[in-house]
Formats: sequence, structure tokens, C-alpha cells
Amino acid sequence: MSSGFETVADAPSSTTGREKRLLRPYGDTTGDGMVQLSFTLPLSSLGPLAKVAQGAAVQLANKMGMDPALVAHAKPMGPDFTFFVVYGRVNHLVDPSVVEIVEREYELLTPKEVNAAIKRTLRRRMVVVGACIGTDAHTVGIDAILNIKGFAGEKGLEYYRELKVVNLGAQVSVPQLVERAVAEKADAVLVSQVVTQRDAHLLNTREMSAAFREAFAPARRPLLVVGGPRFDETMSEELGVDRVFTRGTTPGEVASFLVHRLVTQRRAS
Amino acid sequence: MVEERRRSVSKPKLNLDPATVRRARGLARKVGRPIVKLAQAHTTVSVERATLRIAGLAGADPDGTPWVNRLADAVRADVGLEHGLALPVWDALLRGEAEDLETLAQKASAGSTRFRLPEGRQAQKARTAARRQVAAGVRRIDARRRERERLISRIGDAPRKPWIYLIVATGDIYEDIPQAQQAAREGADVIAVIRSTGQSLLDYVPEGATREGFAGTYATQENFRLMRAALDESSRELGRYVRLTNYASGLCMPEIAALAGLERLDMMLNDSMYGILFRDINPVRTFVDQRFSRQVHARAGIIINTGEDNYLTTDDAVEAAHTVTTSQLLNEYFAKEAGLEDWQLGLGHAFEINPDLKDSFRMELAHALLARELFPKAPLKWMPPTRHMTGDVFRGYLLDGFFNLAGALTGQGILLVGMMTEAVVTPWISDRDLALQNVRYVMEAAGDCTRTSALHRTGSSPSVPARCWGRPSTCWSASPSTTKDSSMPSPTAPSD
Repeated sequence: MSSGFETVADAPSSTTGREKRLLRPYGDTTGDGMVQLSFTLPLSSLGPLAKVAQGAAVQLANKMGMDPALVAHAKPMGPDFTFFVVYGRVNHLVDPSVVEIVEREYELLTPKEVNAAIKRTLRRRMVVVGACIGTDAHTVGIDAILNIKGFAGEKGLEYYRELKVVNLGAQVSVPQLVERAVAEKADAVLVSQVVTQRDAHLLNTREMSAAFREAFAPARRPLLVVGGPRFDETMSEELGVDRVFTRGTTPGEVASFLVHRLVTQRRAS
Repeated sequence: MVEERRRSVSKPKLNLDPATVRRARGLARKVGRPIVKLAQAHTTVSVERATLRIAGLAGADPDGTPWVNRLADAVRADVGLEHGLALPVWDALLRGEAEDLETLAQKASAGSTRFRLPEGRQAQKARTAARRQVAAGVRRIDARRRERERLISRIGDAPRKPWIYLIVATGDIYEDIPQAQQAAREGADVIAVIRSTGQSLLDYVPEGATREGFAGTYATQENFRLMRAALDESSRELGRYVRLTNYASGLCMPEIAALAGLERLDMMLNDSMYGILFRDINPVRTFVDQRFSRQVHARAGIIINTGEDNYLTTDDAVEAAHTVTTSQLLNEYFAKEAGLEDWQLGLGHAFEINPDLKDSFRMELAHALLARELFPKAPLKWMPPTRHMTGDVFRGYLLDGFFNLAGALTGQGILLVGMMTEAVVTPWISDRDLALQNVRYVMEAAGDCTRTSALHRTGSSPSVPARCWGRPSTCWSASPSTTKDSSMPSPTAPSD
């Protein structure tokens, strides 16, 4: 997680600086490769079936690259299921230098700096419209970012003097959201999605981004930001949005991103 | 039996000042009374539709719009809602517009019936006819209540308190059923079927068995019936009556309460202010719907669960602790006014204090005990940690263990089982199994601590070492007065 307001950002770190290094999991000795795993098989382990069930668990662990695999715990759950805890050594190596991550491409700003940047460049308040779309009734995410109470010790966007925040709450339909974004002349639209059953968060986001693309000329379209605990930061292009935020994002990060894209970059272009 | 004895011997541990408690209740009454007056003088579309449902109107048109909505909309368009639907509807039936409610609803939605507000003798006749038909529905609810009582006495009740409350939520009633039966087999005394997200804001109750829902399954009469039937089967198999819970909240709470009564649901989530505070529903409508739904629950012998946990999941559990107690007092006032009895008040409370705070467990214990002693006859619904479940399932398991311990030590009536995978996934079968092992261990290991201490305090069981209470001051130090309670036989503090 990022630092709070007080520390002014370390510049975005670069991807190229990481050295090639091969690692194995660490149990109690360097290089022992030990991992633990728990899972359930739809298999009875009552009476004589216990050995078969254990063997099946070992088989799965072996196929996952654990060898040797030790079934530390096998517990029947009713007549049809068994829960296993398996310890074992994996033969895989990991190389952190080839891990791809979304680097923070913007500088972390304090609320003061955010306000100053907007005032200096936009010369008006920046308008942010937020909502939970679809049937999702969980406002915890959007509220953490927008409400003055904020999240993780940071105050929400409502606290920023130069931001005009319109929080539409839960269960907002996409047409309502578009309409409101037009009416408010929104600079940015923030959408939170918590419910992920049947990929609702992905479907809703795609529907939303398509609707905005249809309703606005590319240059006039508000910045689209989506957030939720089950999103993947690398998916922004696929979802048709400008940025995806995941679990643990703080209001300061969102505000800094908005300034980066709407103030800093616009000024540069 | 044991339960009864424990109650009778246990002495208050907090020594709450009775005058302060009386004053708190008096304030709740003062706040609540004008709201009750308002509720008595108003009706809502959902209250009216609930009345039609109790009178026997069920089903939906081919588009899935329930007939109660169709009929209510048609009557409302002709004569308005303020007089209630009963007079115009039964007047139309008496005029021979249709032979029964469903036909009337069909005709009305086709636009071939006009409604009027009858007067004089005709109004009297319509009133009598309406009363007779609705009373028949109320008798069906009464019959379901008696059926529950009969089943409990024949099959047996949950063997111990707290009742273990588990949630199923697949979105598909046919998936929910085997999961619920499995959960019952694993030890659940109460099964709650979480509703689909968004149902609270639907202004109609969906029809039929449903297989599509997000993060939950729609509350429908058929889903209620299917699940209750399945749990009746499990109850017989297990030799204990397994209770079924759903949600009477949101826009259709009166109708859902009526359906719960008709389908013998046993508990309903039903908070007096949740819709206003957390779902932005019109306050007048909420209070009117609330009162009606609670009257139905009272009649149907349903235990309500109130939603105080929401105050703690949306605010700091220490700073906002008083909001829980305030809401419990208001919920109690509104519930009693609507006819619910103490045993039906599952007043809510949750274990949500930041575990990084020093003395967090002590504060949890103190607050849980406050609820226990403020409402000594209410079952109390004890809700597990969610805010401080981080995804570290191992730490979460420990936190749930402490939650269970606080529940055991303070005699909570209904314990919602916490899942270590809270905030990670919707619970897996293994999560539930582990969670139940956690509950069982704590209840077996510490469930009798309250009894021990109580017996110990009355001096009736000197043989019990009262280990837990060896130093009551550490456990109950939230109540300094207790520790100095001289009426208590001197604690057999293990001399170490």
C-alpha cells in the first residue's frame, strides 16, 4: 500500500530496475521450496475410503508441482466431502524481475497540492460523479473514496475544496449515470463494483464504458475510473476505462490520479 | 431446562442503574411515539398489497408482475390509496365484477373494471366481506404458527443456546437447498437465505422458484416454500427443528412478512430504521411498512433480527458504540408497540472493534454484556467481525474464535457464524466446516463459564472451581462495581 498524505510521492518506480533473481518458497531453510495448501475434494474418506481419498489429495498436489507432498490433515465433511491440508516441496522457481505490474504512473499528492493544482490549471472546481452501478448495493467502496470520512485515515474526496463530488449511491443504472454526468459536466466518473457473482462487475463496467463512449465525443468524455476488490489493475483497456483501482486504494491515490490525468497531462498536451 | 436454571441463578454482572435504564426506555418511547402515531394514520402500497396477499391473492401475469401489484395499481388509479384498497376491491367483488380476487386483478389490469369508493351500507358490506376473507388468511398464518410449535415439540428444538446461524447465498434456490441441508447437518440451527442484491429496492415481490440472483437468492413465496419443506425434511432427519430466516426489509417488507407468515419462516431480519439509513427509502414509508410487518411477525410467532451491526460496519465500533444501544432501545420500543414479545426480539449487535486496539476484547465483552443485561429476556443476535477481516484467514480464524468466546461468555441467543474467508470469497464448504468447529470448540470449552460463575456467585456449587472467573475483575472489569461486589462470596481465586 502507498504512503499517506504526509509523504510526498516517491517518483513512480521503473520496471527496468529489477535484477534477475531466482527464488523458491521458504519454509524454514533457504531453498527448501516448502508450501502449504488446503482444498476440498468431493470424495468420501469414511472408513476404508480414507486411503483412496488421501491418495487422491497427493495426486492433486503432485500435479500442482508439489513433490513430495505430505497430507498433514484429512477431515471428512459429511459423507461426500473431505478437506485436506497438504504440505510439500514445489520444484518451481520464481523470477521477480519478469513480474508485470501496473506501476503508479502518477505522483502522490497531498490534498493541498491537489487543490492547488486544480485551481491553478482548471480554474474551476473539478466535478466528480460517483456511483455503484447495476444491482450492486454495496456502497462501502464508493463511500470510502468519496465520503468526507474517507478510508485508512485519509479523508475522502468530499474533503477536497476544489473537487465537487456528486455521490449517486447504490443501484444506479448506466443511463442514469450518463445523464447525471452530462448534467453535472463531470470531469471524471467513479464507479465502484463489489459484487462479482457471475462476473457482474466486469459486465457492468463494460456496459458503462460503452454507454459513455456512445454518449460523448472522445475529447469530451469524462475520465472513467472503476474500482472494487476483485478487479485486476491490468484490465483497464479491456474494460474500456481509464483506470482500474483495486483493494486498499485510498482517496489520496484517486485524487492524485485525477489530477495527473486531468490537470498535469492536459496541460502538457 | 439447563438454560432456564442458568437464567434463574445468574445475577446481573454490570449492576446497571435501574433508574438510568428506565430513563433510557422512557426516551425511546418519547422518540418513538410520534412515529407510531404517524404510522397508524398512514398506509403504503406495500401494506395494501400485503393485505391482498393475506386475503389469498397470489401469482403474477405473464410478464412476471404480481397480481397484487396489478390490482393495487388499478384501484389506486381510480380512487387513490388513502382509503385503503379493501373497500373498493371488495365492493367490486360484491358488485359481481369478478368471482374472485385473481379474476378481478386480471380484469382490472385489462382495464375492464372500474373501482369506486363505496359508501353507507355498501361500504359496510364491503368491509365485512374484506374482513372475512383477510381473517381467513390470518387463520392460515395462525395455523402455520401452531404447526411450528407442534413440530418443535414433536421433533425437538435446537439443543443449546446460542442457536448457530449460517448463511447460504448461491442465487439459485435449487443450489441453496442442498447447501442449507448440508449446513444443518453440520450443526446449523438457523439457516438464512441471503437475498439477491437489489431486491430491497424492487417494488414487487418476484414470483416462483428463482435460479438467477446476485450474491443471494430472491425472496419469493415459492422459494420460501421449497426451502422450508427441505428444512422440515432435515429437521426430521436430525431430530431438531431447523429454523429458516429471510429478510423483511426494503420496499416490500410488509408483503414479505406476510409471505413469511404464510410459509412458516421462523425468523426475519426486520430493522425499524435500516431502510431509511442504509437504503435511502422514504422514512414515512419505512415506518409504516415496519409497523405492519412487525404486527404480522408478532402474529406469526416469528423472531425478528434487527440490524445494529450495520452501525458498526459503517462507523468506528468504539466511537459509534452508543448508536447500537440507542437503536436497540428504539427497535425494542417499536417492536413491543407492534405486539412482539421479548422472546421475539433478536436485537442485533456485532463484534467489530478494531483488534489492534488495546483491550479490544474487553470492550467487546463489556458491550455485549450491556446488551445482554439491558434486554435480559431477548434472544439477541450476535454478528461476527467483518470490517477487520483482512484476507489473512489465519488471523481471521482467531478473531472469529474470540467472537465466539464473547458470545459464549455473554449468553447471546443467536450466533451468526463468522467465516475466516470473509472479504475473500463467498464461503466454501470447508470454510463453513472450519467455522463450525471453531464455534463448537468454544461453546464446549467455555459455554458453561457463565453458569459456573453464576452458580459460584450464589455459592451453590463450591465444587466447580470457576476457573474463568478466578479473577472476575479481569474478565468483567468493564464493570468495576462488580469486582468490588461484596455480596459475592469471595472468589475462589485459584491460589497460585
